[in-house]
Amino acid sequence: MITNYYERDKLLVFKINEEIDECTVKDIRRKADYEIERFMPREVVFDFDNVTFMDSAGIGMVIGRFKQAQLLRRKDKNCKFKQ
Amino acid sequence: MKNKINNNEMKLEFLSKSNNEAFARISVAAFVSQLDPTIEEISDIKTAVSEAVTNAIVHGYEDSMGIVTIICKIHENEVYIEISDNGKGIENIEMAKQPLYTTRPNLERSGMGFTIMESFMDELNVQSILGLGTKVTMKKKIKQTEEIEDMPVTLEEALRG
Repeated sequence: MITNYYERDKLLVFKINEEIDECTVKDIRRKADYEIERFMPREVVFDFDNVTFMDSAGIGMVIGRFKQAQLLRRKDKNCKFKQ
Repeated sequence: MKNKINNNEMKLEFLSKSNNEAFARISVAAFVSQLDPTIEEISDIKTAVSEAVTNAIVHGYEDSMGIVTIICKIHENEVYIEISDNGKGIENIEMAKQPLYTTRPNLERSGMGFTIMESFMDELNVQSILGLGTKVTMKKKIKQTEEIEDMPVTLEEALRG
């Protein structure tokens, strides 16, 4: 996963490049939580362009991050889906 | 070859570690690929297998280690997948099958496992005995593309119509 933070727009982008399942989701969740707390962005984008596989663990992860964003009273997170 | 009856079978056993999930679904996909499925059918099967294996590892065995067994059979153009564990079993299968139902909402589970298996496969059957384990069986028909035997073989035949 590659993380990019755009200071000007307070935008945090996570580009996920691996398959998302129970195993990889733990790593993604840990890294994403860490970066979100570090930068406190106004907007978070998950880029799933290069994701070839995702199961319900991935859905749980996205929902979890969304709830976290609501908790921090941040603007809704956007998800960029291609498939 | 005409009227060849397609029968095949394989069995896979692995430890209930979450990094074996990718191995499990890719193996099943590779085995099924001999039926020449579409990309969509393959990803349906991969997702359903992934859900069932995740269930066995996360819920069946929880923090303990155990063996997850996958038996995959091909009969003509039908795939039969059986995923079993010797974990703690499911208390109420009907409840577990409900969309969004999860026993662990605190761990960010979506509760979509059985729903995904049900909708991606043609048939889903869950058997479970408390304390002994769970067996999930799924079936899916792979649509065969039209045989190309009737196609004209030579250019002459093609021109003749």
